[in-house]
Amino acid sequence: MALTEDNNRRRPQRAPLSEQLWPIAKTTLLTLGSIAVTLLGLLFITFIIGRVMPIDPVLAIVGERASQSTYDAVYQQLGLDKPLLVQFLYYIWDVLHLDFGTSLLNARPVSEDIARVFPATLELATLGIIFGIVLGVPLGVLAAVRKGSWIDQIARVVALVGYSMPIFWLGLMGLLIFYGILGWVGGPGRVGIFYVDVVPSVTGLILVDAALDGNWDVFKDAFSHIILPASLLGYFSLAYISRMTRSFMLEQLSAEYITTARVKGMSEWDVVWKHAFKNIRVQLITVIALSYANLLEGSVLTEIIFSWPGIGSYITTALLSADMNAVLGGTVVVGLIFILLNIFSDLLYKVFDPRAK
Amino acid sequence: MSETQTLRQWLLTETPTSRRHAKLSALYQGWLSFRSNTMAMVGLGILIALVLIAFAAPLLAPHDPFSQDLGNRLAPLGTEGHIFGTDSLGRDILSRLIYGARITLYIVALVALIAPVAGLLVGTVSGYVGGWADVVLMRITDIFLAFPRLVLALAFVAALGAGIENAVLAISLTAWPPYARIARAETLTIRSSDYISAIKLQGAGPIRIITKHIWPLCISSLIVRVTLDMAGIILAAAGLGFLGLGAQPPSPEWGAMISEGRRFILDHWWVATVPGLAIFTVSLAFNLLGDGLRDVLDPKAGE
Repeated sequence: MALTEDNNRRRPQRAPLSEQLWPIAKTTLLTLGSIAVTLLGLLFITFIIGRVMPIDPVLAIVGERASQSTYDAVYQQLGLDKPLLVQFLYYIWDVLHLDFGTSLLNARPVSEDIARVFPATLELATLGIIFGIVLGVPLGVLAAVRKGSWIDQIARVVALVGYSMPIFWLGLMGLLIFYGILGWVGGPGRVGIFYVDVVPSVTGLILVDAALDGNWDVFKDAFSHIILPASLLGYFSLAYISRMTRSFMLEQLSAEYITTARVKGMSEWDVVWKHAFKNIRVQLITVIALSYANLLEGSVLTEIIFSWPGIGSYITTALLSADMNAVLGGTVVVGLIFILLNIFSDLLYKVFDPRAK
Repeated sequence: MSETQTLRQWLLTETPTSRRHAKLSALYQGWLSFRSNTMAMVGLGILIALVLIAFAAPLLAPHDPFSQDLGNRLAPLGTEGHIFGTDSLGRDILSRLIYGARITLYIVALVALIAPVAGLLVGTVSGYVGGWADVVLMRITDIFLAFPRLVLALAFVAALGAGIENAVLAISLTAWPPYARIARAETLTIRSSDYISAIKLQGAGPIRIITKHIWPLCISSLIVRVTLDMAGIILAAAGLGFLGLGAQPPSPEWGAMISEGRRFILDHWWVATVPGLAIFTVSLAFNLLGDGLRDVLDPKAGE
């Protein structure tokens, strides 16, 4: 980037390397700094939530009938006798080592549990976002090109309904119609009861595992289970992606270079896809990264409807049984991914869109 | 007839005689352009109906929403005396829906009071004071913005305990940052304008400037944003209710009603379907109204 700029200006003498690198280093440092501050904020909030909750963490471990000395011992062991700031530093230290404490329900480390359930959410959200992109982008482009036509109206209604629909209710209706009445798809859960644990878990993504194992029966069954929740999630990202695509495209199509291209006699296809669409790709990737982050969150309610053993189900189950370590661990992990995806989309924008510099 | 004609003319005058006259005139012209937006009017109609239903709930509801009739459990749609059927305890679903409208409105009103006011405070102070206050406040806003909202609300409710007030608090805690951003952006543009310098020279202090001169100008963009967010707030509240973390049984909250009907979804589909339709209708109405308001109050943001 800097090289071509220099060539264009034909500057004989180059600035010293340190001066060239300084802006890049500065941006990187600033970005890293803001990531660190945001993450610190995230941990601070979960820490506070963990401290103000009405559940006594010591009682939860030792039980109601423990003697005062046992209680005190555990109280000290948990570090609750230290000042809050020290406790917070300990908390950060633990989280940096991926230690979220042990689950009160099954006495296993929370991080192990999360590692076990996370692939299920990942699989669901990824399939959902693919669905959203494959249908949402063309729909948005078409709606922009044929602005005001029936397809634009349909795109508008699709998005409006998507914004207004309770996701858990749509999931229930989907189950009722496609599973209960029509019988087209598998019911709740990742696979049918006869296929549980048939293929060895390598990646944790059951479709991938089944394919690796060459067991196409399991693959087919798993697919029939995932297709409904994934397409419902995909619908919500479709609503957002298609709206954003449409407004980006409209902005490009009204630009002067498009008129020039048309005047030159370029085919409409080339105008739309080779000129206008090329210019919205960066913005589009940003939007997709954002809606992927939202999907992870949207999957919380969907997972419950479809008994999907992912992180959403994990957090909610833990919540209802007052297992705070598990709740906060899950919250930190989801928040972390959410923040990283946000930053990633921000960075993409800065790197690829020269106007943002 | 001539009376309304003159009123109309008075409202549409190009030479207002007083400040209030000018304000009313601007309001009326906004209403005229809003009125031509059919979808927005539909949204407004639905919401007015919702408010009326909520107020007149005891008059409209055919049954007590809490009275159980175990002999008449899970009666289907169109049963004599129970148009929408009954739930698993034999309670009339229509009556519960009608009373549920009160809870929905209650949640919406509370969040609409708390979140934008908090955002307005943070945003205007941050924008007007500037410097370190701005950096710190905006950093905090960014942290909240970067959070997944539902998961954060879940964690808050977990800490505060389940219940409708805590659900409202949790939703408000996750909803204020966008308002702070908007208010700050508006403040930054207003702060440097000439009339602010003029009143400053007249001796107005920062509190007077913020409350009397900056807040009124932030209101319209906040209203649009709040209306557009309402749908999301209703969905979030229903989601919390569905998870059992919002309104507690036997309260006829719509999300909780879906959760209850979920167990019978395959055999008695209406128990979960009807409240879901109610949630959908109301949040759709807010979206339609928000779109219409945006076109009137903030035409640039439309397309």
